[in-house]
Amino acid sequence: MTAAAFPFTDNLVAGVFILAVTTTVAGALIAALSTRIIRGVAGLMVCCLGLAGLYYFLRSPFLALMEILIYVGAVCVTIIFGVMLSEPDEPAKTEKPVHAILWGGASLLVSLMIFWGVSRLSLHGAWTAPAARVTDGSIKAIGVSLLTSYSMAFELISLVLLVAILGALVIARMGRTKA
Amino acid sequence: MSAILDFLLGLAWPWTRLLLFLVGICAFVGLNAAYLVLAERKGAARFQRRPGPNEAGYAGWMQPFADGLKLLSKQVLIPPGTDALLYCVAPLMVMAPPLMCLAVVPFGESLVARNLDYGLLFVFSFGSINVMALMLGGWASRNKFSVISSARVVSQNVAYEIPMLLVVITLLMVAGTLDLNEVIRQQTGGFWQWNILRGIWDFRAGHIGANFLMPVTFIIFYTCMLAETNRAPFDMAEAESELVAGAFTEYGGMGFGVFFMAEYANIVLGCSLATILFLGGWQSPFPPVSFLAYFSGPLWGPIWFLAKMYCLVFSVIWVRWTFPRTQFYNLLNLSWKILIPISLFTLLLTGALMKLPLVWRHLF
Repeated sequence: MTAAAFPFTDNLVAGVFILAVTTTVAGALIAALSTRIIRGVAGLMVCCLGLAGLYYFLRSPFLALMEILIYVGAVCVTIIFGVMLSEPDEPAKTEKPVHAILWGGASLLVSLMIFWGVSRLSLHGAWTAPAARVTDGSIKAIGVSLLTSYSMAFELISLVLLVAILGALVIARMGRTKA
Repeated sequence: MSAILDFLLGLAWPWTRLLLFLVGICAFVGLNAAYLVLAERKGAARFQRRPGPNEAGYAGWMQPFADGLKLLSKQVLIPPGTDALLYCVAPLMVMAPPLMCLAVVPFGESLVARNLDYGLLFVFSFGSINVMALMLGGWASRNKFSVISSARVVSQNVAYEIPMLLVVITLLMVAGTLDLNEVIRQQTGGFWQWNILRGIWDFRAGHIGANFLMPVTFIIFYTCMLAETNRAPFDMAEAESELVAGAFTEYGGMGFGVFFMAEYANIVLGCSLATILFLGGWQSPFPPVSFLAYFSGPLWGPIWFLAKMYCLVFSVIWVRWTFPRTQFYNLLNLSWKILIPISLFTLLLTGALMKLPLVWRHLF
């Protein structure tokens, strides 16, 4: 009654990986290529979901869920706040086509160079495998390391967030009349 | 035939189990939405002194099927001028998160599709997609009512996410685990051991509990749940009298139906979470002594769970037809000026009550 006896189990892992990668790349392409800003945000959301899938694939479910909670649930929503203040319809094109091609070419060149650099680094870099698995990636291990090895960063982040919440409260309590 | 059955129940049992739960959850969500709509209409009728739907079947019991058939037989129209892709994707995106989340909700001690040791986090992270989906649906409709509604949805959900998460963190400090089944297991031994009362006074340990404001915490959670699911008195998103149907104005047929199914699925999810976190989940309200032990066990567990959950769902319907809709500024003020400060205070209080005795013992 082992799990491996089920057909296609070996392909399942590869399937999950391909699904996550495809989602990430497709989301990124939608975000970059769409002219409507709202579709761009939707693409970003799809891309973040794909990234979460990749984290899950790398056996970090905590990180995957945090990616969804923070990037989909908070960052994309915050971007949408910004979008709501802008025009709902896409503005008419005022740029000259020659300029558009020039800027597009330049950004393509830059991104190709970055891509080449990163891929070269990851393929030919002198990576050493860790001698042992440091933690098991469980919530408990993450909690322990946050409160021991990384307590300084943890405290700083919590302080920043606390100040942000208190600031929001102060602004909300001042009311609109004093402007 | 029996060879296939042996294979399904033997080698492939983990997959068969998951598949059965998948089908079960889909069926549960569909039937639940259908009959909660009936309950809502019957409840509304009761509160307004009229009979409500009573023609289809005995006392209107076949009404959900009639409604479902009507919605299914309607043509799916995409109004001109909408963002067709997002308009079609939005109902799917609204429906998917509650289905995902119900996979980790323990209806009974072993009646859970996949018990994860980070179940609570799972529910909250997938629950956060809901806002985006409603907002995209409203925005893609390109209708002034829908756009106003989606702006409201976003600010309302952002405002109420904060006190809700603060309250949940308070409970996490008491429970010390993200595993939903484990949270329930800690609340065994009678209704006074449920988190809502154990916070006040821990009877088993015989001292003061971790947070004597726990009933207040429960009310904050309940209020936030109402606001997050866009229910009255916080139904700014689809305020019928001012915004036609809010974000769903341009939707018709089953597109509209799916939004409603998702709303009821979200209510059930929220009430399940409240039941798990505060009301002991599948635990029996009686202590397991003498003949009362008969009322706990694998068969009674889901019954207690569903009873508690549907009591909360009923109270949600009750609240909707009793209180008038609030103003939008009052809604935001309630969250930012009252709920967030109180939930921050309860967080501090819990930390103090849990750790100060240790400090005291260490010093003296």
